[in-house]
Amino acid sequence: MTIKEIQEEIIDEFSMFDDWMERYEYIIELGKSLPMINDEFKIDENLIVGCQSKVWLHSEIKEDTITFTADSDAILTKGIVALLLRVFNNQKPKDILDADLFFVDEIGLKEHLSPTRANGLVSMIKQIKLYALAFQSKLS
Amino acid sequence: MIDIDKIRADFPILKEKVNGKPLVYLDNAATSQKPQVVIDSIVNYYTTINSNIHRGVHTLSQVATDAYEEARLKLQQHFNAKKSYEIILTAGTTHSINIVATGFTSLLNKGDEIIVSTMEHHSNIVPWQMLCERTGAILKVIPMNYEGELLMDAYDELLSEKTKLVFLNHVSNALGTINPIQEIIDKAHAVGAAVLIDGAQSCPHLKPDVQALNVDFYVASAHKLCGPTGVGILYGKEEWLNKLPPYQGGGEMIKQVTFEKTTYADLPHKFEAGTPNIAGGIAFGVAIDYMNEIGFDNIAAYENELLAYATKKLLQIEGLKIYGTAKNKTSVISFNIGDIHPFDIGSIIDKLGIAVRTGHHCAQPIMAFYNIPGTVRASFSFYNTFEEIDALYDALVRAKMMLS
Repeated sequence: MTIKEIQEEIIDEFSMFDDWMERYEYIIELGKSLPMINDEFKIDENLIVGCQSKVWLHSEIKEDTITFTADSDAILTKGIVALLLRVFNNQKPKDILDADLFFVDEIGLKEHLSPTRANGLVSMIKQIKLYALAFQSKLS
Repeated sequence: MIDIDKIRADFPILKEKVNGKPLVYLDNAATSQKPQVVIDSIVNYYTTINSNIHRGVHTLSQVATDAYEEARLKLQQHFNAKKSYEIILTAGTTHSINIVATGFTSLLNKGDEIIVSTMEHHSNIVPWQMLCERTGAILKVIPMNYEGELLMDAYDELLSEKTKLVFLNHVSNALGTINPIQEIIDKAHAVGAAVLIDGAQSCPHLKPDVQALNVDFYVASAHKLCGPTGVGILYGKEEWLNKLPPYQGGGEMIKQVTFEKTTYADLPHKFEAGTPNIAGGIAFGVAIDYMNEIGFDNIAAYENELLAYATKKLLQIEGLKIYGTAKNKTSVISFNIGDIHPFDIGSIIDKLGIAVRTGHHCAQPIMAFYNIPGTVRASFSFYNTFEEIDALYDALVRAKMMLS
């Protein structure tokens, strides 16, 4: 699936929820259920420090696509990280660089991607794009 | 006595809804809300007397100057400064601290010692670290116990004839501890050191008397005591303010300028370069009047009741742990629930209309002391109610259920 299609799928899933409680509960479940990063990659070099919560992000290139693994110390942040990984994982660097990220707004979590929230997610997306840029130049 | 209904009617923002829920504002240690009289004062300034102060010959400028200087007199009276020119109007506590920390550059030598406490806001740590970098002075730290109280024996041991300056907060922003500043000031003076007290967190709850304290510098921000943002004070004893060089150069702070030599204006203008926040300064005076009308004794008594009620209520939540349990503290409760991240709790109760602060509260050394990433901090003001504490409790129970 393309990045756009995955985002549309997530929006579709979230449309089933009636209110913020259900959305948050789902994100919390996502945050709890996913072992997202190997401990060997949960190191300071992979750490993105937000003012409020921390995010660890590791990337690997497999053939011509990138696989990301990540974690966070806050469960809501971790749940949203899980959604971001679902969107960006196993995509080509160029597609990641060109991607328009619209699903977060659409599912009513806009405030979590505001720079003032300082939970590390904005920096994480920037870092994802930087990895994509680095891998793209490596591939070409 | 506090007439809570009358007081709440003074604060228009308390009628607002957040996320569809009535606002429960418990982030007062970050900034207080503003009563209508303060808001009106700002609007009135710009609608009726706006003009630049201290220089215009025209009437409006005179009226604005009088209003601004009247605010300074109110602040002099409130803090009981000996002279009105000992009250420097600044952009806030951080600005005030930087004026003093920069000014001490020429007064310190390599190997001199300056003392801070463990429980400081970053703004009362970093300017002094920068001072140490410039001068080669050494920074010493007063430790605290688990309850969040300073270890005075350790303070005694840190003091020596090498000590030139002691600076600490009157009240800790993250823990609410009220520090024994009188004892700290007296002991510092006994070794010949000057003392700066950061009153950002104390001034909303109590009325400091700078002459009785015999403190050398006392700093505070208007926005934490019902005034506007971007205004604060630096109180300094006249002899100290005369010793310190100006912080910024510009208009207002000069006596005479030639390309060969410029002479500086007298106090307070020496430290007030440029056009100040005139509307803000005037509104600060109005805010001080407003709070004095309610009375700081009444405010403290009511806030203590809120604190006692909230402490008892929140401790009913299993796994809730309060950080900062000093015997003498203001109406601040810093806490965590089990191992739930404070950010998660803050995000969920925000959805329920409850505003608290989460994180390290710009006091990372305190979080390092307790070995935690941060806390949730609920801070109560005289316009908060017992029902709001119940709402906080209910929201926390719900957040805990969702997150564990």
